[in-house]
Amino acid sequence: MSNAYYEKIARINLTTGEIKAEPLDLEVAKKFIGGRGLGTKILYDEGVAAVDPLSPDNKLVYITGPMTGSNSPSSGRYMVVTKSPLTGMIACANSGGIWGAKLKFAGWDALIVEGQAPDWCYLNIEDDKIEILDAREYLGVLSEELDDKLKEKHGAECSVLNIGPAGEKQVLLAAVMNDKDRAAGRSGTGAVMGSKKLKAIVVKATRKQLDVIADVDALKEANKACLKIMTDNPLTGAGLRALGTASLVNVINGIGALPTKNWQESYCPTADQFSGETLAEKYLVKPGACFHCPIACGRIIKHDDKVVGGPEYEPLWAYGSDCGNDDLYTIDEANRLCNEYGLDAIGVPCTIAAAMELYQRGFIKEEDCAGVPLEWGSKEALIEWTKRMGDPKTELDWLMSSGSARLCEHYGHPEFSMSVKKQEIPAYDARAIQGIGINYATANCGAAHVRGYMIAPEVLGIPAQLDRTVTDEKAGWAKTFQDLTAAIDSMGTCLFTSFALGAPEYASLLNAATGTNYTPEELLEVGDRIFNIERMFNKAAGMKPEDDRLPKRLLTEPISNGPSKGMVSKLDITLPQYYAARGWVDAFPTDETLKKLGLDECIGK
Amino acid sequence: MIEVRFFATLRTDRGKITQVPAEEVSTAGDLLRRFEIPAEEVAILLINGFHSKPEDAVKDGDVISLFPPVGGG
Repeated sequence: MSNAYYEKIARINLTTGEIKAEPLDLEVAKKFIGGRGLGTKILYDEGVAAVDPLSPDNKLVYITGPMTGSNSPSSGRYMVVTKSPLTGMIACANSGGIWGAKLKFAGWDALIVEGQAPDWCYLNIEDDKIEILDAREYLGVLSEELDDKLKEKHGAECSVLNIGPAGEKQVLLAAVMNDKDRAAGRSGTGAVMGSKKLKAIVVKATRKQLDVIADVDALKEANKACLKIMTDNPLTGAGLRALGTASLVNVINGIGALPTKNWQESYCPTADQFSGETLAEKYLVKPGACFHCPIACGRIIKHDDKVVGGPEYEPLWAYGSDCGNDDLYTIDEANRLCNEYGLDAIGVPCTIAAAMELYQRGFIKEEDCAGVPLEWGSKEALIEWTKRMGDPKTELDWLMSSGSARLCEHYGHPEFSMSVKKQEIPAYDARAIQGIGINYATANCGAAHVRGYMIAPEVLGIPAQLDRTVTDEKAGWAKTFQDLTAAIDSMGTCLFTSFALGAPEYASLLNAATGTNYTPEELLEVGDRIFNIERMFNKAAGMKPEDDRLPKRLLTEPISNGPSKGMVSKLDITLPQYYAARGWVDAFPTDETLKKLGLDECIGK
Repeated sequence: MIEVRFFATLRTDRGKITQVPAEEVSTAGDLLRRFEIPAEEVAILLINGFHSKPEDAVKDGDVISLFPPVGGG
């Protein structure tokens, strides 16, 4: 019976060269949906939590969800799930483009890559056939160029996922890139690929659409209803297409929550110079869309004589105010370099910002900087240090490419690393927006904004406007957002659809596609289960309760300027409330909670 | 004076920023009417950086920021 899965996972051992097709366990798929949930479940069961992330024992799961490749709106997502070398915990980096849909069209729900190749290789997938090919000639090739070369070799209709020089060198901030400018960006998934000597995965599929939908007519109806809601919604119907995520620069600065100079300030008077409005006015060619996406939030920009993927809100902020810079051209160039070298365009600029504070305070000396001092706003520093972090050579290059936590610890000042679980915090000051701090502190992948986007209710008024300055009810909201996000991610649907859709709509899509009969409440419970198995993975990996924290600066240094001046994060109030809402004690689920969620395999662990 | 800042599509035909004599308006809604902006087109209305409603009072020295639906991640 059709159920939106091809019921087939490829297990590829790069040490032995063995490739085998394994059946998907449909009972497990029902409990964890796919994508993020199923990927984590596979790694948990196979004992990956205990391994060295950069050893052959780690595994890389490239996984789609049941909706990936379907005709549902914004359904082109795939995820790279592995043990992160940056955080030492679960990594689930989520990306769009078309690569994920093509993997599904080729008939694979997921790839599990194990071991370590004897020499550099890449995978070539053509429907059922998977082969391991020699990649030695591609060593050192930048990501976009490699995409072109592999398309030349295997045909323009294929889709390419790869790592740049950063991943090859196992840089802890290395991303997995696909379709040139899409990234499974965070937590160092590119370094794990590099550790396996796996340079790329090329996918070609004969199929052009999914032919395993459980109820085609019901899905058509559900798609139509969801598309109407999204089209009628001013944000998913028009706002994101017009200005992209970059439109947030002025909003977040307007409320005084735009971290500036490594979070020493939270308001940047010249933010409009690198805003979505200015990006559209000066460089935008057209909006860009991933597979089957009506939102089209991507920015296709003119940069010198090229047309390239432009920066999202996060790199605009991180290479902008966080580094004391307001030159948009420099941000465009630095963002392009992140794509070319295969780097996390949040982690890299945030680490440069931390290094600039270390330089400001005299801990990094001018003579350490090999001719490019880490001065606030230096355009040369932003460009040159991005290149150095993408292809490190000196001791400081390597330290910086390992992220701000390791960098600042090296200099004896961990307090200047604005990170959680060693992953850099995204672009919203948690002192000015109380609920987002809960998510930063508790996200299983380390600091993240896309594990429960509390900015929606606290700033954008979606689905209701909450007072950003208070803690009331934020713990419950954060949990619900985290659970719904886990379900959406696992379906293979883009999280941005949730600006318009809610749990009832997602349940209708999933039920039609897979033949399940989830109520909205049950779908949220699946999300809860997924969030908890991630947490149990982290526990097995050695996570401690004190890892659920925020940097001292956010708790004890009041915001120094702008509309939110004087505010601090009140995580001491919200975190216990959050644990109570989750059924956790000291950061971990009780056996009773695990039992309730059907996670019997985790009880007593 | 009251400073009014326009963002995203609300900048079309209005520019980025303007000043309005405080005595000519009493609420944020007065400003919307003055600039012919239907209230439903404003998704975020900030007075001095804090979310506000059209009926909220404005006074000399305030900064009003007006955004259409915007967002992202």
